[in-house]
Amino acid sequence: MNGTPGVLAVRGHLAPGRPQLPAWRGHLHGSDLTWSIVFIVPYAALFVAFVIYPIGYGLWMGSNPALYAELFSDPRYVRAAVNTVFFVGLAVNVQMVLALLLSGFFMRRRRWIQALLAVCILPWTLPAVPAYLSFHWMFVAYPQGLPNNLLAALFGVEGPFWFNHNWLALACDIVANIWKWMPLWTLIFLAGRISIPQDLYDAADVDGASLYQRFAYITVPLLANLYVISTLISAIWTFGDYAPVLFVSGGTPTFGSDVVSTLGFHYALDYANPPLAVGAGLSVLPVLIPLVILLMRRLKTTEVQL
Amino acid sequence: MICALFSSPTRRPTRYRLRRILVEASSAALGVIILIWSLVPVYNMFLVALDPTGHNEFTWEIWPSHPTFAAFIALWTGEADDVRDIWRQFSNSIYIGLIVMALTLLASSLASFAIGRMRLAKDWKLTNVALLTYVIPSSTLIIPFLRVMHIYGLLDNPWAVIAAEVTFATPYAILVLLHYAKLIPIELDDAARIDGASVVQLYMRIYLPLMAPALAAVGTYALLFAWNDYFYQYMLLSSEKNTTVAMALEQFFDDDDAPWNYMMAIAILYSLPPIAIFYALRRYMALGVNGRRING
Repeated sequence: MNGTPGVLAVRGHLAPGRPQLPAWRGHLHGSDLTWSIVFIVPYAALFVAFVIYPIGYGLWMGSNPALYAELFSDPRYVRAAVNTVFFVGLAVNVQMVLALLLSGFFMRRRRWIQALLAVCILPWTLPAVPAYLSFHWMFVAYPQGLPNNLLAALFGVEGPFWFNHNWLALACDIVANIWKWMPLWTLIFLAGRISIPQDLYDAADVDGASLYQRFAYITVPLLANLYVISTLISAIWTFGDYAPVLFVSGGTPTFGSDVVSTLGFHYALDYANPPLAVGAGLSVLPVLIPLVILLMRRLKTTEVQL
Repeated sequence: MICALFSSPTRRPTRYRLRRILVEASSAALGVIILIWSLVPVYNMFLVALDPTGHNEFTWEIWPSHPTFAAFIALWTGEADDVRDIWRQFSNSIYIGLIVMALTLLASSLASFAIGRMRLAKDWKLTNVALLTYVIPSSTLIIPFLRVMHIYGLLDNPWAVIAAEVTFATPYAILVLLHYAKLIPIELDDAARIDGASVVQLYMRIYLPLMAPALAAVGTYALLFAWNDYFYQYMLLSSEKNTTVAMALEQFFDDDDAPWNYMMAIAILYSLPPIAIFYALRRYMALGVNGRRING
């Protein structure tokens, strides 16, 4: 058991001893080099025109230090920054832990459990806009709305006015995000678990290991790398994910549940201040870039296919 | 509950019968919870879509009290004012989706061939460059993006959306293709070269046919990416003739008086193609290893 369980976990079908590709320098010459460059040109052109140029333009728009002074003195921004921390921290970690546990449940070889898996991935297959609009409709009315109606019908309790309170509104956004993305990570962890050799569990059974021991000493160490990579990807993705907040709570009450990415929208569209919007977006980069570097390092040393 | 989560399929001696019953009962309970959790928002879509007016937010109903397919019929006939343009919106979404799929396939297969087969660069270098595309969140990037599109003269032009979506779908597509291309022996290319094949022939006659399954996966991914995207369409398009389905949904969302039964009916129709594609292809999702397959 070496230190790269992610490779073991996900690359199962690849031959482990793949011969190294020769160094590229000196290998290509003449028409081969020309053709390679011709082949890469379409993507390179796209990349320069629609990635490099806009990013450069954005950095230039957000290069004025006064922008950030204005930003940090805006109470709406401070609020949104705190919300972003909770939104990303809770949504990512809760869905990862639940997905890890659920993937264990779906390892059971029962027909009804496999059928349930087909239902469980439904949220992931839905497009984001309709899914979040449905959440919006469930929570927007007071005192009615489907969750409140269910509470009243089942327990006789009157539900809260979800969007009238900062934290409740943000909680609705977090729940919607978890609902939408948890199935994807469940499938990925399920794939990871399936590739753990059954012999390890058989050996543990012979030694009389408990369920908890099997989980803690076999499953967790072997899935750790996959788990870290998935968490990083999910965190990077959730930082920029405006859709749950924009469509579920819409930032109500009065910017109380906005995150930085949706506050940028308000700056750009409602206040006609695009540079401030770019500044808000760039202000998350000090958190985002270390995450991306961590992810690059992980991906460089291990090969995990998602 | 915890037992059910951690258990795995193995036979147990009879003296564990009590524990087995507990495990079965708790996994059944967990199953019910998962079922409710996954289906309630979907059920809510139908609850609104089947309502005669779509204004059922202030009723206490948990079942549709007067279910009617009026909203779906109105979509089909296009008679109601709110949904008159719905088929043009669907055809706009399909048009954008198909072109994004084709261009993503072209750009990613060419680039992955140059990098993976011709060894123009090491692929982890490309991984890093590709990740750069995703570093700045799209919600931030869109603002300079709008200015750049203005400079290119592409505002309110479907090709602006197509360019944006191809740009964002291609890096991931290249990574998948590079990964899959490693499974095809490079000796095939060498043999073809000895027989006098040109680079273009290698690409057309060997690379593309052998990569067909991966290309199908990447093409589906690009199609769904474009179909599900709302953001670039909303920001870059404005005129009525260019409106897509996702934009139409957003217009309902902004309009407080809009009949939400139409909106949810559109939302259901809009969700059907991706759901159908996912479930049709789930057997081919490259998740099965060691002879076991996920039947999700």
